[in-house]
Amino acid sequence: MRPPSPSLPEREFLLQALHQSLRLDGRAMLEARTPTLTFGPEMGWVDCQMGKTRVLAHTTATMVKPQPERPLEGTITIHSEISPMASSAGEYDSGRPSDEEITITRMLDKVVRRSDAVDKESLCILAGERVWALRLTIHCLADSGNLLDCACLAAIVSLRHFRRPDVEVIGSDVTVHAPTERAPVPLSIHHTPFCNTFAFFPPSPSSIAAQDSQDPLSSPLQIPILDPSHLEQRLCTGTLSIALNAQREICVLQKLGGVPLGAEEVLLAVEVAVRRAKEMNEWVDGRLREDWEGRKGSVEVR
Amino acid sequence: MASRIEILNDGGYRSDGRRQYELRDITIDLSQQGQADGSAIITHGLTQVLVSVFGPREAKQRRETIHDRANINVEVAVAAFSTGERRKRSRGDKRILEIAAIIKSTFEPVIQTSIYPRSQIDIFVQVLQQDGGLLQACINGTTLALANAGIPLLDFVCAVTGGVHSTSPMLDLTTLEENDIPHATVAMMPRTGKVTLVTMETRLHVDRFEEIFRLAIDAGKVIHREMKIAVKGRTEALVTAMGSASKVASGGDNDELMQDY
Repeated sequence: MRPPSPSLPEREFLLQALHQSLRLDGRAMLEARTPTLTFGPEMGWVDCQMGKTRVLAHTTATMVKPQPERPLEGTITIHSEISPMASSAGEYDSGRPSDEEITITRMLDKVVRRSDAVDKESLCILAGERVWALRLTIHCLADSGNLLDCACLAAIVSLRHFRRPDVEVIGSDVTVHAPTERAPVPLSIHHTPFCNTFAFFPPSPSSIAAQDSQDPLSSPLQIPILDPSHLEQRLCTGTLSIALNAQREICVLQKLGGVPLGAEEVLLAVEVAVRRAKEMNEWVDGRLREDWEGRKGSVEVR
Repeated sequence: MASRIEILNDGGYRSDGRRQYELRDITIDLSQQGQADGSAIITHGLTQVLVSVFGPREAKQRRETIHDRANINVEVAVAAFSTGERRKRSRGDKRILEIAAIIKSTFEPVIQTSIYPRSQIDIFVQVLQQDGGLLQACINGTTLALANAGIPLLDFVCAVTGGVHSTSPMLDLTTLEENDIPHATVAMMPRTGKVTLVTMETRLHVDRFEEIFRLAIDAGKVIHREMKIAVKGRTEALVTAMGSASKVASGGDNDELMQDY
């Protein structure tokens, strides 16, 4: 069953509010919800909440034999699952994955794996014999808009929070030290990409009329908003997702169809995302540091 | 790796002898393929894609109909022999499903779906050969097949890949180049110069991105010219075959209209 679309009055109300630069939840147009990160007792267990959107990420590591063609590299696998309970509208039925589900899974893969966020060679223990295989499990528990950003944040924070047991190699003997013996070591992470999603809405009819008289070919700019809520995501005419790190490098940029945008509009969104990635980077660093301070008493953490 | 290929040599040539901004040879075949209402084979260098369009027609499954517009159904299949290494990809492959989802969302706002309520337009994409720029070929091919099927579009959609080798931007990459350098695919609509699709999967600095992004938009216009010539050529051939060549000659005004943009 296709989920019922939002009603016409709902749509009208949202659009009219946006034309007056107001959003239904009281945020500014380019303001994102402040995420809440809750760390579990285990290292690598993160619960990320943005408003009512909630994603749980968990990293574990096992020792395996490496793939023969890449004897010096560890592996990362991502298992993502959107629970049918995530949305009341029944968007995520079990069975055939929906387009949205595919986009989220692929995007996570690109942001976490293909952008080389984790140094895979540092996961090697004994060349050709033993490497670490990381498994990142992502459970999307609730979707109230912008599930993608929330999932990406949870995934990357989980990897940064995770500690693997220390290993010692003498000759070809591998000794794994228990956390009580030696402090577990963090993964070596090259950079931390943050994903930002923009949703676009059509400009107000009055501005279209004003523009038309000047130049018939150039249509007025679409209204961009950052971090769309569930209703906004359902009603928007197109989205643009940008994942980038604090070093101003774009890792993934994705605008899949939807309303056509001018080059300037895309570059403006990139600018906003650059600023936000910098803020997020500091914020996440701060949260991780706080968590470590809290753990100092119980476990030794490097 | 044993011997790495040189992406751009000192003379300014790429591994296949092209210049930085040179596109690969484009061939477009719009002839009838089987039962399809419209079809196109587009070749960018060694990348070849066959797109068949069926419809607008009644949906096979009634639950897929939408009351106020046409439903677009896209299926992508990749031939096992399309890459250098023979490899069978299942239909459930995430990458293939993603390409199908991309094509669908790209063409949804471009096709005038509201003209055909409660019907379905099927787009079948068959990848015959792959040598980089797969998404670009799929999108260009779909545009042509839709035009060939006579489905009203708001504009052409022209896609190009662009990449950067250290600081020099390049266009229309082959597999060799795609594996080595960061690249983005951009699809633009030539009439307004706006972009409907941008995807980039590799790490690239913001300033460099802006450079290839603008370059790819310009290159889209070149692709558009090629596509327009092919569509006009095909239409002229059809009209002549129908024996109304004299009308075409006198209806020169309409021709001018199409040339406008």
